[in-house]
Amino acid sequence: MAEHRKSIREVSPIEVYQRLPRTNCGECGETNCMAFATRLVNREVLPEACPPILRPESAQAYAGLLALLAPPVRAVTIGTGDRAVVAGGKYVLLRHEFTYSNPAPIAIEVADTLPEKEREARVKSVSSFSYQYIGRDLTLDAIAVRAASGDPGTFRRAVGQVASLTDLPLILCTLDPAVMAAALEEIGKRRPLLYGATEGNWKAMADLALAHHCPLVAIAPGDIALLRSLVQTLRSCGIDDLVLDPGSFTDGGLAATVQAFTDIRRAAFEASDELLGYPLLGVPMAAWLGEEMAPELVQWKEACLAALLLTRYADLLVMHSLEGWTLLPQLIWRFNLYTDPRRPVSVEAGLRPVGNPDRSSPVIITTNYALTFFTVESDLKGGHADCHLLVVDTGGISVESAVAGRYLTAATIAGAVKSSEVERTVDHRYLVIPGLAARLSGETEEATGWRVLVGPKDSSGLPGFLSTKWPPEKPS
Amino acid sequence: MGPEGEPRRRGIEGLLELLPELREMLTRVKQVELEQVSLDIGDLELFIPLGAPGGPGPACGSAAEAARLPAHPQELLRETFAPVRPEYPARIREVVLGATKAEGGSRGRTVTIGGAAAPAYSGLEAPPPHLPVIAMDVFDYRVPLPKALRRHVEEVLDDPGEWAKRLVERYGAEMVTVHLLSTDPLIRDTPPAIAAKTVETVLQAVDVPLIIGGCGDPKKDAAVFAEVAEMADGERLLLNSVTHEMAEARTLEVVARAAKAHGHRVIAFSPLELNSARELNRRLYDHLPPENIIMDLTTVALGYGLEYSFTIHERARQAALMGDPELSHPTASGCTNAWAAREAWMKLDPAYGPQEIRGPLWETINALILLTAGVDLFMMMHPAAIRTVREMAGELHRLAAPDIDRYCSWTTVQI
Repeated sequence: MAEHRKSIREVSPIEVYQRLPRTNCGECGETNCMAFATRLVNREVLPEACPPILRPESAQAYAGLLALLAPPVRAVTIGTGDRAVVAGGKYVLLRHEFTYSNPAPIAIEVADTLPEKEREARVKSVSSFSYQYIGRDLTLDAIAVRAASGDPGTFRRAVGQVASLTDLPLILCTLDPAVMAAALEEIGKRRPLLYGATEGNWKAMADLALAHHCPLVAIAPGDIALLRSLVQTLRSCGIDDLVLDPGSFTDGGLAATVQAFTDIRRAAFEASDELLGYPLLGVPMAAWLGEEMAPELVQWKEACLAALLLTRYADLLVMHSLEGWTLLPQLIWRFNLYTDPRRPVSVEAGLRPVGNPDRSSPVIITTNYALTFFTVESDLKGGHADCHLLVVDTGGISVESAVAGRYLTAATIAGAVKSSEVERTVDHRYLVIPGLAARLSGETEEATGWRVLVGPKDSSGLPGFLSTKWPPEKPS
Repeated sequence: MGPEGEPRRRGIEGLLELLPELREMLTRVKQVELEQVSLDIGDLELFIPLGAPGGPGPACGSAAEAARLPAHPQELLRETFAPVRPEYPARIREVVLGATKAEGGSRGRTVTIGGAAAPAYSGLEAPPPHLPVIAMDVFDYRVPLPKALRRHVEEVLDDPGEWAKRLVERYGAEMVTVHLLSTDPLIRDTPPAIAAKTVETVLQAVDVPLIIGGCGDPKKDAAVFAEVAEMADGERLLLNSVTHEMAEARTLEVVARAAKAHGHRVIAFSPLELNSARELNRRLYDHLPPENIIMDLTTVALGYGLEYSFTIHERARQAALMGDPELSHPTASGCTNAWAAREAWMKLDPAYGPQEIRGPLWETINALILLTAGVDLFMMMHPAAIRTVREMAGELHRLAAPDIDRYCSWTTVQI
C-alpha cells in the first residue's frame, strides 16, 4: 500500500503555500499567497484561480499542488458537456469532517428489451422528473441502459434511441464485450460509463474503455481482494477512471453490503489504499432480483436499500423504480447529506422582507431554525406573497419544538417585535403566528399589544391564508 | 382484539396488510397485466430469459486502435485485502429497561440496549450485543394524527390501556411510550395524580417495559415524573425526558432523585449540540449512575434537518468509542418526528403517490439513516415502518454470505 496520504484536514495552508508562486501578485483576487492557500485548503477556491501557476514554467509546482489537494476517492466524470456528472471526489470518511462533494448521481435503468414506445416514455419521465424543495429543483441524473437482450444489434438500437431522446449521461450495462462494442460504435463519444469489467472479461473491456476514452466499472461482488486485483490490472492497462462495484445484496445480504462499502471507504481513508480510492457504485435495483413479490413491495424495498447505500458511501446509484414516492426521499436525503456540515442550524433573527412589502403588508412570525425559515420563505415566494417575515430567535429550533420547549413564547415574540422596531415599518398592528403556535395567541396579544391572527399549521397554506384573511377586517 | 389480528404473512410481504394503499395499487396493476397478456402474446419471445453473458468475450476495437494502447498485463495481477479494524478504547454503556417480578417490577421481560464497541455495521464479525429496540407511541388524549397512523388505532384512541395492548398484541411492540401530553398547562393541565393513573392502567394492560413521555414544561414534567416514579416503584421506567430547561427551572434534581429512589431510567434530551449533551449528563451524574442514562440528541424529520441529527449521532458515537465517558450512553431517537415533514403527510401531485405510503416510507427511511449512525432505541408509530426497520436491523446485524450469482444477473433480468 502507498505511504499514508494526508487527509484534507491534515493538509496545512503552509504546505499548500510552498507549492504556490509566493509572489503575492494578487491576480487571484487575494491579498497574498498565504490567504489563497488558506482558501484552497478550505475548498473555497480552485487551484486554477491562480493564473501564474498555470504557466508552463510552474508545471511541476502545479502537479505537486494537485497531488497534495487530490481527494483520496477519485472524481470520475460520466458524460460530456453541461449534463456531465461527477461521481466520487470524496475528501473525508465522515460527514462532519468536511463537506461531502459531488452528490451521488442517481441513474434510472432502461432495458433494451422494452418496446420502443415504453422505453421512450421511460426516458422522458427520467429527464423531466423534478421536485421543488426549499427553492431548488431536485432531479435525476443519468440513464443506465441494460442489454437484457444479450444481442448487439438490439442493444445498439436501444442505446441509440435513448441517446437521441436525452442528453443525460449514460451507463452501458452488459458484461459481453461484443455487445458493449456495438453500443460504443453508436455513442462512444458521449463518454458513457461502461459496466463493466469482471474477472472474465477485463481484457476486452479494458480495450473498449481505452479506445473510447470511457470510465469503466470494476465488478467483483462479494470479493474485495478481487476488486483490488481488477483495479491494479486495469490501472496497468492505463485506465484510471474507474468505479467500483462491490455488490449491492438484498435478501440476507444487507450486512455484507454495508460492511463492504464501509471497509472499502475506510481502506481509502485510513490505510491510504489507492486501489480502493475510487467511487462506489450502489445498485438498489438489485431489490428486483429477490423473491418474487408484489411490485410495490419491491419498490418499497428498493427505496430502503437506496437510502442505506446513499448514507453508507455510495457515490453513484442505479435504480429501477421511477415512482415519485420511492425517489422523493432519496433526492431530499441526498441534497441534505451533501450540505456543508458547518452550515448553521439557525439563521439570523430579525425582520426580513419577502417580495416587495409595504406599510400595509402582513407581519408573519417564524423561528430562526434554518430549515423552518427557508421553507416558510420559499412558500411565501412561491405564492408571490409580499410580507415582512419576523424571525424570532428560538435557538435554531423549529416551531413545534420551540413552542414545547418554551423557546417560542409570548415573551420571545414580544422581544422580537420590540427589537425589530417593526412598528416603524408597518402601519397596522397585526401579527400572523404559526398555526402550531396557536395556543400562544392570547398571551401574545397581551404581551405585544398587537392583535394576533393564527396562520396555517404548515406554511404551504400561507399564500392561501393571506389571500382570504389579509387585510383583516377591522374590529368594530 | 387478540393475536388473531396479527398479519398472517411475515416479513416484507406482510406489509401489504399494513399498507392498504399499496394493495390497491397492486390490484390495479394486476388487472393491467392481465389485459396486456392477451394483447402482447406476440411479444412473448422477448421475455424468454437469455443466458447471462459473461466470460472472456471476443476482443473488440480495431487493430489500429489496439496498436496504440499500452501493453496489457497478460494475467490478472493478484492482490489481497485486509480490512481496517480500528481498536476502540471504549464501548457504549448498557442500560436495562423494565423489571420483571423477580427484579421488583411486573414486566414480562426486560430490554437491554447499548453495548456497542464499534461504529454501527462495521466489524460485523463481532456484532454488537443487542439489536436496536423500537418503542411504539400511545397518547393520553386524542391527538390529531395523519390518517395513515390513525387508522391502525382508531377504535382505541381514547383508551391508553387498550391502545397499548393493541400495539403489543397486534404489532408486536417491544416497548410502549405513554405520552402524557395532556398534562401540558396550555392543553388540559391534567394533574400528576391522574397522569400516574394513566400510566398504572397501561402497566396493567401490557407487560412490556414502558417509556413515560412528558409535555415539555419543565415544572409540570417534574411534578408528573415524580408522581409516576413513585406509583411505579421498581418498574425501571424510562422517563422521557430530563432537559436543560429543568436545570434552569431547578426541577432537574426532583426528577433525578425520584428516578433514583424508585429505580427508573432517564432520557437526557439536548438540542443537536454535543457540549450541551455532555453538560446535561454531568449534571445527572451527581444524582444517577451513568448506567441509568440514555441520550436523545434530537431527531429532526427527513427534509427538515435530519442531516444535523445524523451527523450529531455519528460524532457522539465516534467520540464515545474514542473514550469520551460523557457521551458513551446509548441513544434514543423520536423517529415519529418524521411525520412533521410535509412530504410525509401532505397530498402532493399524484406522481408522488398517496401520502398513506409516502408517510410510512418517510418514517422508515428516517429510522434507517439513524440506524447507520448507531441509534439504539427508536420511538416510532407506523406499523409498516416499524416492521421494515426491525427486519432490516436484524438483517444488518447478521453477516451472511451474499448470493453473488443472483446479484450478477441485474444487467439482464426481465422486470
